[in-house]
Amino acid sequence: MTDVFITSNPQLPGANTTAPATQTSYADAPEVRERLVKDAQVLIARYPQPRSALLPLLHLVQSQDGYVTGDGVQFCAEMLGLSTAEVSAVSTFYSMYKNKPVGDYHVGVCTNALCAIMGGDEIFATLKAHLAVGNDERTSPSQGERSLTLEHIECNAACDFAPVMTVNWEFFDNMTPTSAVELVDALLAGHEVSASRGPAVCSFRQTERILAGFEDERPDAVHAGGSAGPASLEGLKLARQQQQDSDGAEDRA
Amino acid sequence: MSKLSPVLSRAWDDPRSYTLEGYRRHDGYQAIGKALAMPPDDVIKLVKDSGLRGRGGAGFPTGMKWSFIPQGDNKPHYLVVNADESEPGTCKDIPFLMANPHELIEGIIIACYAIRADRAFIYLRGEVVHVLRRLQAAVREAYEAGYAGKNILGSGFDLEIVVHAGAGAYICGEETALLDSLEGYRGQPRLRPPFPAIEGLYASPTVVNNVESVASVPAILRNGVDWFRSFGTEKSPGFVLYSLSGHVTRPGQYEGPLGMTLRELLDLAGGVRAGHRLKFWTPGGSSTPLLTEEHLDVPLDFEGVGAAGSMLGTRALQIFDETVCVVRTVLRWSEFYKHESCGKCTPCREGTYWYVQMLQRLESGKGTDTDLEKLLDLSDNILGRAFCALGDGATSPVTSSIQYFRDEYLEHLRSGCCPFDPALSTAWAPALATTGARA
Ligand SMILES: Cc1cc2nc3c(=O)[nH]c(=O)nc-3n(C[C@H](O)[C@H](O)[C@H](O)COP(=O)(O)O)c2cc1C
Ligand code: SF4
Ligand code: FES
Repeated sequence: MTDVFITSNPQLPGANTTAPATQTSYADAPEVRERLVKDAQVLIARYPQPRSALLPLLHLVQSQDGYVTGDGVQFCAEMLGLSTAEVSAVSTFYSMYKNKPVGDYHVGVCTNALCAIMGGDEIFATLKAHLAVGNDERTSPSQGERSLTLEHIECNAACDFAPVMTVNWEFFDNMTPTSAVELVDALLAGHEVSASRGPAVCSFRQTERILAGFEDERPDAVHAGGSAGPASLEGLKLARQQQQDSDGAEDRA
Repeated sequence: MSKLSPVLSRAWDDPRSYTLEGYRRHDGYQAIGKALAMPPDDVIKLVKDSGLRGRGGAGFPTGMKWSFIPQGDNKPHYLVVNADESEPGTCKDIPFLMANPHELIEGIIIACYAIRADRAFIYLRGEVVHVLRRLQAAVREAYEAGYAGKNILGSGFDLEIVVHAGAGAYICGEETALLDSLEGYRGQPRLRPPFPAIEGLYASPTVVNNVESVASVPAILRNGVDWFRSFGTEKSPGFVLYSLSGHVTRPGQYEGPLGMTLRELLDLAGGVRAGHRLKFWTPGGSSTPLLTEEHLDVPLDFEGVGAAGSMLGTRALQIFDETVCVVRTVLRWSEFYKHESCGKCTPCREGTYWYVQMLQRLESGKGTDTDLEKLLDLSDNILGRAFCALGDGATSPVTSSIQYFRDEYLEHLRSGCCPFDPALSTAWAPALATTGARA
């Protein structure tokens, strides 16, 4: 993320004087544009200053196109009165915005130090070989199959469940090379797959809509996966045990 | 056995702890009534008196941070909750938010009332969609129950809460980069001063606090300052989530008073995985210098870990046993810092690049004996010269690993390759090893 530095610095006077884009995004699909405009207005209204909605809007256009397209960039620029260069400078900075089409599923393998050592490296190598893709590449689906994009990811704040994977940014905990292969095979075959802590995985585009700031349309999704995973409860379990023991000791006394 | 003290995690085994009803079953939303009946300055004073220190890494006193917000300045004030949790090894805010988002919301209401902010943002890293679902639902429930929006509980206090998902960038956890990101820019740190308390979000006074800091406030209101100070130490009072990961029998979240030791925590967690020994560990994520077996009895509070030459950070206790190659581990962290360097300043952008080049060479046994001095020299040129603490943090694993494991680096040079077998470190290795032994 270190390639472009000279972009719109908020402190620079005149940073916004480049002409805002004219309304030409999604010219071939006016009904799409109309729907996106409605969503964008909801998001923009949440902030004191419209530009704060840029990250949500980039998630929104990814939910439409599966990656950040030229139309998507143009659309964000139109909605916020920015130049397309200003929008691209932002979208290229963040690793969740993709510049090429993502498959039906984004599959992440944590290879940050701890997960790597606990087996993440082996899982990632196994999946690359099994799927015949490299990092950040999409599988080419055979007839009737789904596709996925495989990527190694950084620490996902789930280290006590290492080695960790994600599918469309849902948690898949305590993975092994075998369970990882079963997981991607199930995804490619179009079977329903549920997260370790979370609901059945939806498509990458539906996920991006949640990230944009709209609640999951499946009312029960929020309840899936329980309050906490097993590792999260280890300390609490022990504390309850300690409490019981000390209550017991008091009763005996 | 040392006592744990689950407060933030007290209800996580309730299957609906994350709902409004679930939170109410566990004393939820009892603190705001108390807070709203107090003058805002008294709330700040209470948090100051509690001694609560920031849980996001640096340990800055929370009440003092709140008191820096200028009052009567006719500017909007903002609270921004830092839920970017991306420091390698750190995994406490995410399970907390999944199981107990309403306690954060209650803390937000109290904090905003105290600093006189009518808008709060929760900046959540994007890669945790299920946590986003929980937060979105919890904020909606809070509005429906009258805890957010106009005239909260008839007090005349208004508050809007916005959940904002990031898009994958560790640097956005740095508070000024976070503000730029929230304003819709690339997440790059700002020059300080001006500090966020004076010119933060939209150049208005802003408090940036970690999730766990804000979420600790309702319990202080409910139970009082003396109760809070009965946990932990004089200078580091209260309870925290300790996150154990890696080569430990029962990895997970253990909530206890500040000042516990790793020996006590390992004891609770069943020890280092069976048949193995502790080799090295991080007290608070990869940006805090490594510690070893000799530090098992260091009290895990701000002072104790500082005196041992590291930092308490986020109590991200990553445990590595004797099967792990320290050079490989440090290489992987360096790759992380290189990837996440925002590129704004030369020492960090170039330094992390050269770290990776040199460590790759060393790990594969192709380095030379001058490489270690070069690595240390390079670290001197980053530490204290980088624009933000990401660059400083990148030097921690490098310099501390050379300090404690110089010989292991040299062993790579002598043998011309890495002397470790990565298969032995994996989560499934013990089973494989026993089968191998029997065969
Ligand atoms: C590179 C970098 C990443 C950081 N990431 C986080 C983070 O994910 N969450 C967090 O609360 N603080 C993070 N911090 C610390 C914040 O800058 C800030 O100190 C903290 O949010 C203040 O909150 P507290 O006073 O409540 O601890 C990070 C700092 C740096 C330099
Ligand atoms: S230290 Fe690194 S992350 Fe921080 S400003 Fe410099 S380049 Fe950016
Ligand atoms: S290192 Fe993989 S989740 Fe933290």
